[in-house]
Amino acid sequence: MYPAAFEVTKARTLDEALAKLADLGDDGRVLAGGQSLIPMMKLRVAAPTHLVDINEIPDLDGIKQVNGHMSVGALARHADVVRADVANHTVAAAAPWVADPVVRNRGTMCGSIAHCDPEGDWNSVMLAVRAQVVATSSSGERVIPIDEFVKDFFTNSLQEGEMVTEVRVPNYAGAGGGDYLKLERKIGDYATVAVAIHLDLAGDGTIAQAGVALTAVNHVNTRASDAEAILVGNAPSEELFAAAADAAAAAADPVSDIRGPAEYKRDVVRVFTRRGLASALAKAQD
Amino acid sequence: MTTLQEPATSPEIGGIGHSVKRQEDDRFIQGGGTYVDDVVLPNMAHMAILASPFAHAEIKSIDTAAAAAVPGVIAVVTGELLAEHNLAWMPTLSGDTQAVLATDKVRFQGQEVAAVIAEDPYVARDAVLLIDVDYEPLAPITSPQQGLEPDAPIIRTDKEDQTDNVVYDWEAGDEAATDAAFAQAVNVVELETFYPRSHPAPLETCAVVADLNPITGKATIYLTSQAPHAHRTLFALVAGLPEQNIRIISPDIGGGFGNKVPIYPGYVVATAASLLLGRPVKWVQTRTENLLTTGFARDYHMKGALALDADGRITAMRAEILSDQGAFFADAQPSKFKAGLVHICTGSYDMGAAHVKARGVYTNKAPGGVAYRCSFRVTEASYLIERLADNAAHQIGMDPAAFRMLNFIKPEQFPYESATGFVYDSGDYHTALQKVLDEVDYENLRKEQEDARAEGRYLGIGIASFTEVVGAGPSRDYDIIGLKMFDSAELRIHPTGKAILKLGVKTQGQGHETTFAQIVAEELGIPSTDIAVQEGDTDNTPYGLGTYASRSTPVGGAATAIIARKLRDKARLIAAHLLEANPDDLEWEPGRFFVKGSPDQGSTIQEIAFAAYTNHPEGMEAGLEGVHYYDPPNMTFPFGSYLVVVEVDPETGTWKVDRMVALDDCGVRINPMIVEGQIHGGLTEGFAKSNMQWLTFDEDGNCIGSNFMDYLVPTAYETPKFELLETVTPSPHHPIGAKGVGESPTVGSPAAYVNAVIDALRPFGVTTLDMPILPDRVWAAVKAAD
Repeated sequence: MYPAAFEVTKARTLDEALAKLADLGDDGRVLAGGQSLIPMMKLRVAAPTHLVDINEIPDLDGIKQVNGHMSVGALARHADVVRADVANHTVAAAAPWVADPVVRNRGTMCGSIAHCDPEGDWNSVMLAVRAQVVATSSSGERVIPIDEFVKDFFTNSLQEGEMVTEVRVPNYAGAGGGDYLKLERKIGDYATVAVAIHLDLAGDGTIAQAGVALTAVNHVNTRASDAEAILVGNAPSEELFAAAADAAAAAADPVSDIRGPAEYKRDVVRVFTRRGLASALAKAQD
Repeated sequence: MTTLQEPATSPEIGGIGHSVKRQEDDRFIQGGGTYVDDVVLPNMAHMAILASPFAHAEIKSIDTAAAAAVPGVIAVVTGELLAEHNLAWMPTLSGDTQAVLATDKVRFQGQEVAAVIAEDPYVARDAVLLIDVDYEPLAPITSPQQGLEPDAPIIRTDKEDQTDNVVYDWEAGDEAATDAAFAQAVNVVELETFYPRSHPAPLETCAVVADLNPITGKATIYLTSQAPHAHRTLFALVAGLPEQNIRIISPDIGGGFGNKVPIYPGYVVATAASLLLGRPVKWVQTRTENLLTTGFARDYHMKGALALDADGRITAMRAEILSDQGAFFADAQPSKFKAGLVHICTGSYDMGAAHVKARGVYTNKAPGGVAYRCSFRVTEASYLIERLADNAAHQIGMDPAAFRMLNFIKPEQFPYESATGFVYDSGDYHTALQKVLDEVDYENLRKEQEDARAEGRYLGIGIASFTEVVGAGPSRDYDIIGLKMFDSAELRIHPTGKAILKLGVKTQGQGHETTFAQIVAEELGIPSTDIAVQEGDTDNTPYGLGTYASRSTPVGGAATAIIARKLRDKARLIAAHLLEANPDDLEWEPGRFFVKGSPDQGSTIQEIAFAAYTNHPEGMEAGLEGVHYYDPPNMTFPFGSYLVVVEVDPETGTWKVDRMVALDDCGVRINPMIVEGQIHGGLTEGFAKSNMQWLTFDEDGNCIGSNFMDYLVPTAYETPKFELLETVTPSPHHPIGAKGVGESPTVGSPAAYVNAVIDALRPFGVTTLDMPILPDRVWAAVKAAD
């Protein structure tokens, strides 16, 4: 397949990339792993006239602990996350489910988050763990909570000239557990349904904080707020998890398509939420 | 007779039975293969094709001005232009016609409407998108049932005598005898099932470089062709080019599976463009073009029934088939059999009567039909009978393995004439299934299944004991648009004892360069690594019908053995001359003739070859070369028994394969390693179709599956682990007893996987599921039982 003609600028520094992006406005797109952008260009679904290649910018590829959170840089590949010693259970569980090994070697977590594909995995994980996104432009840096960053179908809240330079996953004080359950037709497929779960237990064993977020069942990755509300403050039990699972299913509004009818997908949300809560609890209590 | 073979030759000679490493792999694993896209000629132009976005629409007008104005565009080709050269339509391999570029209307989504020839492929693609076509959409027909409705629009308005959407009606067997058996049946087992459309999706898409030399008139056409000789003749007939001036070169092929048997419109347009422009023209399909327009498989709606007597013996079978042929009847299949060889559907079972009725229907979908690793619909036939066998067993409360054992054709009944007229050459079905049952400790496995159910885990066991019919064919019965289905081999033994073997078939990854050399090694004792195998270049190989339907070893392999034997006969005379002995006093051992009783007195095949060019007997023609055309006396009938164990998660509907035990009997195995590789590939494709793979369409006729995001091909991650077993029942009529194996696992395995999933779900009252068994279908079936 043959994309339309385009130009590429290889940026050597972050400042150079940001200046070029400011200059290009709507015509420019950031090229990191290119694992969504290039296929879209090959299919001529996207036809940006100018790409700003950030792959040679130093110091953007780190995964490190800073000030109580894990920081993932714009050039950290999915495979780096798989290999890293990630403390957060939800992130660690999701990483091997992202795409396939070939795509993971090239694609970036920040790129996937910025892409805001409702069938993408990372934004559900980030919603569940309540991550923050760092957006940088030539005029400075903004730290955006994930709920504000993920706006709509393939739409983020970046402003013109901004790019995602970092994602921050908070560390939790208490006993935490998490999981990511994904139904896919084959490796590398987008999710038919996936559910991200995060649980943080208080000293008395009750649930201090809960994260439940859904992939591929709405026009955007979705926090199942009602399910979280049912969980928080209560002692974990099968009945509680079943109630939360029902609430999560109610938060899903999937479409019927080749991956299955809506009622099926909604039911899998229920099953996955129940199973995910049980496995997250087991990890938290481990 | 069932035997396990010991090689007759040494590993150095590497004849039959040795797992010789594939000679072709040296270049493939080092990136040294040459595919059509690797062909770059001086002054070569590039072509891109405009595809119809509609499944069914009238073409009001085509405006090419903007495309023609793009810098770098050499020409824009439409059907109107082709019509001036009488090339707007072409014949299909089933004797129908197919539009090359649409003139009157488009009949499926993706159909070729116009083409741009440009200096580079990017410009060609840019310009194609600027062609402005005014379409008037028509109601699309997306299923054969819809096509048969009384008020259905007629798709083939181009054919004067076509007043409905019926392509053909065809039948086999004895209807009256079958009806009589059903009237007396104690039990009747019925099954209605749909074998969905799938696509072979070879990793290399279809491609052509057409190079018509305006001065010499020579047409050199590099083509992704499984049948280069047949294609040369068709090019001569369609384009009116003198056949001596056409040279088809089919270089390395990245997978065919039947997808590269037909002639596609793009080939014809590129050839016509090269003729008109006097320049080489290259066209390489995109993935989407390959999936949307080229040879698909199946799309078969089947109703089957078995009549059983009081003991559970099958007395008769009925099959009624509705086949979705797409917009043009373009199946590559023997002309005598409109529904292919689907009448092999009595399978491995002895029954007195059978009747098969098949109807083909035009729809607004891509044409094709018998591709994907299948001997002309034997896949559908095998699937139907093996699903029915499982259902029959359950319906009468018999174990499915016991039901098969009861009904199998017995070893002593071979050669066996089936109720639909095939004469099965050989088989031993009981031994094959028993070996599989022993391997899995079947009785114990059934207990494990019971125990698991008590724990709320759902295991399923599925069996398929298939019989194939491959190796077309006896030419009295089998031809493709008149071209008889024999095949050929030419063997030239050089003075130094090395040889080149040239064949009319064409490898696409099957390993011909290794296995056919091994046949020569077996017959002549020349080390297989000293033999070069050449295929695919029509100027340099003898005529043949090509590689598909598992016919290369049964036909081309037989031709190879026979020409080697003819040369061995000549070698005996030369050896007698060298040894000053009577030819009848010579004995043969691999690679050498020696005087009976004096084993030290002998001549090696290498010495004989040298003498054939330097010291041949007076009165004998010089040289050690020859060609043989082999017309098989019968088809071959490979068989096997497969057993699959699955576990189903009824809450999500997902299922995974715990075990896949596959016993194949393909007769004598030339290269066991290559045979096992073929079986692994076919079992994977069978798994794909049962689990995830289908080419489906929405109600507007849009293809859902036009890229690898939507059309799923399993990776190593999804693919089950295979446990292979074998028996060897040589074909009694094949010179080396081989039967063909490439397609057996694709043919046999889908029913085994499906039977296993249904078996797991029997506690929920599930008795049928269609492929692919997607998780939502399992979920719905379980919900329906609640």
